[in-house]
Amino acid sequence: MRSKVRKPLLTENSQVFTFTRRALVLGGAQGLMATALGARMAYLSIEQNEKYKLLSESNRVQARLIPPRRGWIVDRDNQPIAINRSDFRVDLIPDRLKEPDRILGALTELLELTPDQVERIKEQLQDAAGYQPVPVAENLSFEKYAALTIRLPELPGVSPLRSFSRFYPEGAAVAHLTGYVGTPNKTDYEAEQKNPLLIAPGFKIGKDEIEKTMEHRLRGTPGQQRIEVTARGKLVKELSTLSDQPGGILPLTIDIGLHSYAARRLGDESGSIVVLDCNTGEILAMASMPAYDPNEFSAGISHRTWDMMAADERHPMINKVMQGLYPSGSTIKPLMSLAFLEKGINPKATVTCTGAYRVGNAIFHCDKHHGTLAMHEAIEKSCDTYFYHTSLQAGPEVIASMAHRMGFGEKFDLPVPTQRYGTVPDPQWMQAKYHRKWEMYDTINMSIGQGNVLVNPLQLATMAARIASGRAVSPRIVRTKTIPEPAALPVTPEHLDLVRAAMRDVVNRAGTAGVAKLPVDGVLLAGKTGTAQVRRITMAERNSGGVRSNESLAWKMRDHSLFVGFAPADKPRYACAVIVEHGGWGASVAAPACRDVLTYLFDKGKAMAALAALEEQWGGTISERMARRAEKWVPPEKPSRPAEPKQSDNAAAEGKANNPRRPPTKTI
Amino acid sequence: MRSHSLVPAAIAELPWRMLAFVIFITGFGLVVLYSAAGGKLMPWALPQAVRFAIFLGLAIAISRVKVDRLKAIAFPAYGIVLFLLVLVEALGFVGKGAQRWLSLGFMNLQPSELMKPVIILAMARFFDLLPVAELRKWNAIWPAAAMLGVPAALILVQPDLGTAMMVVMGGIVMMFLAGLPLRLFVGGIVFAGVAGRTAFSFLHEYQRQRVLIFMNPESDPRGAGYHIAQSQIAIGSGGIFGKGFLKGTQSHLQYLPEGHTDFIFATMAEEWGLIGGLLIIVAYAFVIKWGIGVALEGKDRFSRLAAAGLITTIFFYVAINLMMVMGLAPVVGIPLPLVSYGGSAMLTVMLCLGMLMAVDRQNRRGGALRP
Repeated sequence: MRSKVRKPLLTENSQVFTFTRRALVLGGAQGLMATALGARMAYLSIEQNEKYKLLSESNRVQARLIPPRRGWIVDRDNQPIAINRSDFRVDLIPDRLKEPDRILGALTELLELTPDQVERIKEQLQDAAGYQPVPVAENLSFEKYAALTIRLPELPGVSPLRSFSRFYPEGAAVAHLTGYVGTPNKTDYEAEQKNPLLIAPGFKIGKDEIEKTMEHRLRGTPGQQRIEVTARGKLVKELSTLSDQPGGILPLTIDIGLHSYAARRLGDESGSIVVLDCNTGEILAMASMPAYDPNEFSAGISHRTWDMMAADERHPMINKVMQGLYPSGSTIKPLMSLAFLEKGINPKATVTCTGAYRVGNAIFHCDKHHGTLAMHEAIEKSCDTYFYHTSLQAGPEVIASMAHRMGFGEKFDLPVPTQRYGTVPDPQWMQAKYHRKWEMYDTINMSIGQGNVLVNPLQLATMAARIASGRAVSPRIVRTKTIPEPAALPVTPEHLDLVRAAMRDVVNRAGTAGVAKLPVDGVLLAGKTGTAQVRRITMAERNSGGVRSNESLAWKMRDHSLFVGFAPADKPRYACAVIVEHGGWGASVAAPACRDVLTYLFDKGKAMAALAALEEQWGGTISERMARRAEKWVPPEKPSRPAEPKQSDNAAAEGKANNPRRPPTKTI
Repeated sequence: MRSHSLVPAAIAELPWRMLAFVIFITGFGLVVLYSAAGGKLMPWALPQAVRFAIFLGLAIAISRVKVDRLKAIAFPAYGIVLFLLVLVEALGFVGKGAQRWLSLGFMNLQPSELMKPVIILAMARFFDLLPVAELRKWNAIWPAAAMLGVPAALILVQPDLGTAMMVVMGGIVMMFLAGLPLRLFVGGIVFAGVAGRTAFSFLHEYQRQRVLIFMNPESDPRGAGYHIAQSQIAIGSGGIFGKGFLKGTQSHLQYLPEGHTDFIFATMAEEWGLIGGLLIIVAYAFVIKWGIGVALEGKDRFSRLAAAGLITTIFFYVAINLMMVMGLAPVVGIPLPLVSYGGSAMLTVMLCLGMLMAVDRQNRRGGALRP
């Protein structure tokens, strides 16, 4: 467009010309701008279309993982040990949380949280990186869940969820068998290359024992839900759902009835009971008590509970079956006899016991004056003098070799996170460990299972099973369709017969464990008692009125009570080992427990009646007694505050003589 | 032809081609507002339509006003709007909160909005009064600079960077068109580059953030860069033909903030794609081309300058808003006139168009007798 040139003043004319020129420049600039805008838009919507389409989709669609239901753990008859319960839970998503104090206040009111729980949530919120949901409460009633859901719009960051929680019907009785599950922590998350499943609300992983080691079989495959959400996270519609695949069922060799019975039979004692099938090595029961409640642990425990556990001198956090190391005491004697026989010592050769045995200027004591006896009677009466004397003839090498063959010092191929396998001392070991020569008193101490000998309860049960069956069985915990035939034990069968006969008479003739006789017709129990000393008895104590009785000592100073056995004596099927820490005489505590547990296998009714009487005396079932104890417990001045329950001693299967429970040697 | 028509001459005379584009733009905007409300006339499309009808009537009424009358009210109007700006500032000071508008009951009036056309008129009037010989002298510059500077400063402290910028740019364009020496503008651009850095330090924190994030929107997609990022996603994901009417996810799922006001172009582009966007740009280009034509045909200095300035105001609205939503300019809060929901910008644009039509009417009548 051209401006009409008219005829005004000259200056005005030039000014019009300037205006026209400049207006055209302006118009041109505006045209350029329009072109540039058009080009920019074309760039965005054609060239960058793919990128922005993706971004728009990722805005719109949110994929939500559905945590898979965890596989069940069942016993040998497919009875449940660990199952899942449907429940309602609430988590906090730190990333979306605004005004944490206000929201926590509202939750406290709605869900009736205790101050203890609020403190735990606050602490976890501080530690939580934005990705990790912080559990607020689980196992909510539907009423509370519904009340919360209604108020959700005003509670950003609060995530209520219908999910599944792990449930262990037998509670504390199976704690050290199954372990427990828990919310994955930062280390777990990073160990799995930041697997998004691990931060899905409500998802739990195995934290200990079988739950931990068998995680790969139990976990399952997560499902996925694709949903359309608004910018504020409000669900618009579900697009598609891929359901989860539950984890596989894990069958164990455990007989859950027997296992719980064993756990209950331990009462308030600190100890463990192991029962093996002596022909296959299958573990039928492996109770360790006291224990924590895995249901409570899986939901997340309070500081108070943790402090109570940590302060308990009976170590409820430790699986004593595989992590407790004890001197074997006299339960080593059947094995010792096998070593003697192998060395060619005549079982009829006699030793005279006068209650004390002198080597050089040291005196070794026996608890009685047994008089003159041979091997059979020495086992039956548990005469230390016989073993002191004969072990010196046999020498430490054959003894150590036999102990190894019986499973002492052995680490079994089992899916457990920690095994402490103890010590079988011999001259080389002594040199390597303490840089000194093996002395005669070392052999003498070893002959009655004291000194440097340390075993765990599972090894004791294995020894019993091997002696009973004559087969080199090893403990198994996961049930399989076929079990490889165990090899024959590299021990002369006739020697085994001699020892088995002596063990039968320990219980059934004039032996130390008459109390352990089975109340079942036609079934004889064979066994051996043991009393492991944990303190040094000085000459001064002996001179001033004799050895102090266990009752007069502090609990920690009392002897451990042990018993190993198998039944039926003539055709062994079951092997059993019982250790009751600081329980006193083997015959007084461990042997009756073994009797009752094995009775359960032959006559359930009788066994249950015996237990009922005992539990009445103790004041109720395990959970009742635990609840009462928790109520009474008063925290010490300075409670410890770890982030999560953890084994206090996680030293890998090492178990040399650095065991804190290692007792001082007997009299030197 | 006109005299024989059944349509009254006053109506028939109107520049209907231009108005057709304006109605098209607004109509398209109503469709987008309808979609943005989730397929409902309320709360946006219907009030917007009513408002447009009223303002269109107003614009047509203004087109009947003689240019001389406009010339006469230029300075008084400037004075009144300047007073209103001070009043807003004072009310904000008393009320202890920044406020940009005065409540008129039926709508909130933003004096800064009114200042956009009024400053154009006032400066056109000033250069009209200025003898041509004075144009290259200091006397041409300082009064214009003062007329521009005072309201711009008042708007800047509101704080409303976008409007202040528009007012200043409108004034500078007026000076440019009036014929001030070119070297002033070249020098000014150089100076602005240097001063920009200094001015940056005087900006409010949130304004500074906007500028910084604008330089790199991806740096803070959840925070201040969120608007730009989401807007570009909406436009880019629309592709050539768009996701379809009522099918935009960015707007309907509320990922796009201000989807019915400042970012309505993104809402539109998501559903109508590049085609829809180009239609709007082309329609505006026609309106602006018409405006420049009116300016070029102006019969006197005031008409020429006022027409060019008024159409430039509309251009700035459109250009700044589109640059903003496409990630070429920081988020400064300038709506897309006629399309964005809201009365103030529409009122300004319709006032501008009304006055342009008045100039156009005078042009076609052989208008002013005096140069």
